Amino acid sequence: MIKVTYIEHNGTQRIVDVEAGVSLMEAAVSNLVPGIDGDCGGVCACATCHVFVDDAWLARLAPMESMEDAMLNLAEGRDANSRLACQLKAAPELDGLVLRTPIGQH
Amino acid sequence: MTETVLVLGGGQAGAQAAASLRQEGFGGRILLIGAEPLLPYQRPPLSKAFLAGELPRERLLIKPEAFYRQADIEPMLGVAATALDVQARHLSLDDGRRLAFDRLLLATGGRPRPLDCPGADHSRLHYLRTVADVEHLRRHFHTGARLVIIGAGYIGLEVAAVAAKHGLRVTVLEAAPRALARVTSPEVSAFFQRIHTEAGVEIRCNTGVVRIEGTADLARVITGDGAGLDADLVLAGIGLLPNVELAQSAGIACDNGILVDELGNTSAAGILAAGDCANHPNAIYGCRFRLESVHNAIEQAKTAAATMAGKRKPYAQVPWFWSDQYDIKLQTAGINRGYDSVVVRGDPATRSFAVFYLLGERLLAVDAINRPAEFIAARTLIPRRAAVDATRLADDAVPVKDLLA
Ligand SMILES: Cc1cc2nc3c(=O)[nH]c(=O)nc-3n(C[C@H](O)[C@H](O)[C@H](O)COP(=O)(O)OP(=O)(O)OC[C@H]3O[C@@H](n4cnc5c(N)ncnc54)[C@H](O)[C@@H]3O)c2cc1C
Ligand code: FES
Repeated sequence: MIKVTYIEHNGTQRIVDVEAGVSLMEAAVSNLVPGIDGDCGGVCACATCHVFVDDAWLARLAPMESMEDAMLNLAEGRDANSRLACQLKAAPELDGLVLRTPIGQH
Repeated sequence: MTETVLVLGGGQAGAQAAASLRQEGFGGRILLIGAEPLLPYQRPPLSKAFLAGELPRERLLIKPEAFYRQADIEPMLGVAATALDVQARHLSLDDGRRLAFDRLLLATGGRPRPLDCPGADHSRLHYLRTVADVEHLRRHFHTGARLVIIGAGYIGLEVAAVAAKHGLRVTVLEAAPRALARVTSPEVSAFFQRIHTEAGVEIRCNTGVVRIEGTADLARVITGDGAGLDADLVLAGIGLLPNVELAQSAGIACDNGILVDELGNTSAAGILAAGDCANHPNAIYGCRFRLESVHNAIEQAKTAAATMAGKRKPYAQVPWFWSDQYDIKLQTAGINRGYDSVVVRGDPATRSFAVFYLLGERLLAVDAINRPAEFIAARTLIPRRAAVDATRLADDAVPVKDLLA
């Protein structure tokens, strides 16, 4: 179990316990974190799980695969710290990770 | 008086509509009625990760149980609606209850088209639509088992891919001259036939099934050319019948699905429909479709929820769909119906290419195989309805973003 903090566009913070291996999209949906849809169920097909990674953590994430990179172009307001949460899997080294969720998905 | 919305059908569209009703500010009662005993769950993994045993049941849910409590949505599971009275505005359930409503959303999805030949009641013949179906199927889904799949559509081919990986011996029988004939071009069909053949799956086209024989634990599938295939397991994936009977017998207009307008309204006031069961107009194409995809279910449900909440969010979407087989991700944008030419970009031999479907100079759709950039570009280009340059589309040296210029 690791702790992940989701910060909503309006500043509301939620700290969620996530089991290793579970995606941070799935963890958000099952913990009722608003702003993440996850329409395709986490197979990198919909880009409705767009999040912004806290700068302090960005370099510590596994790099994007080309599919994620391409699909992120569908996300509204893509930034240098944008990721698709379904492609981020909980792992011990991510304990304490901070993600910001957009106001809504595209 | 508090208003009551009944959402009939606890699937992808039903779950989305209930959630969206709250998001749109609807403050009345929401009852979500579903014949299946489970809270709404995702079907795509049923022929992929769930069948492969990589995903437990609980992780299929579209929303956790707590969501329905928090949003004050009342699920009524394991009950089916049996009759609808449009004038009196009530819905009868198979447990004898009768529910009054102000508005009703029909999100009843569909059921597998049954095989129509002698022996179709064989105990080893399966269909694939629900979690319960997969659980039955999995009892004999073992390494070395002989699996015969009837129908080379997306579901059949996805199951073939999972089965081949698990060491089952797989034969796919397809009545049409090629796999995926109803949905894609010969180019894409040929590609999928090749990757399945390479994985050890035998695909026999032009092969119809005339009969199923056999004993209790062995099915023998007899084909039109007189061959007989022994199978421990048979799966029929030959299409979907939309669940329209309830609407139809209530006098609601149906024609290959329940007919709705761009706001989700059926021919009966206060009754809407969404998802696999709904035949809807698409302004981008200027015609009607009945589609079977997650995106379609979600977007139509959002439209219908807005309408029921007194708002107006007409449905105008470029449909999209995906299919995962082996290491291949197919992403389709648009509907290729009526295309008169195709443009292939990239080399199918590399397992990364896109097939664009054109009608004259207008782009209708794309099948993108491990090509997300082309998929995304098509989603931008299709609604523009502008002329596209086929030569540039075909030229892999032209960057995808330049295709949008
Ligand atoms: C194996 C499989 C794989 C798929 N893969 C993909 C994919 O990769 N990508 C994609 O985009 N789409 C895929 N789909 C399609 C997608 O899952 C469907 O389009 C989507 O589920 C449709 O949602 P729906 O709510 O309209 O219908 P459903 O999800 O079928 O829900 C309808 C529900 O209504 C209930 N119901 C019906 N009548 C009654 C009644 N009278 N009373 C009470 N309840 C009733 C049914 O029991 C059912 O639970 C797949 C489907 C299957 C079966
Ligand atoms: S959930 Fe669909 S891309 Fe992440």
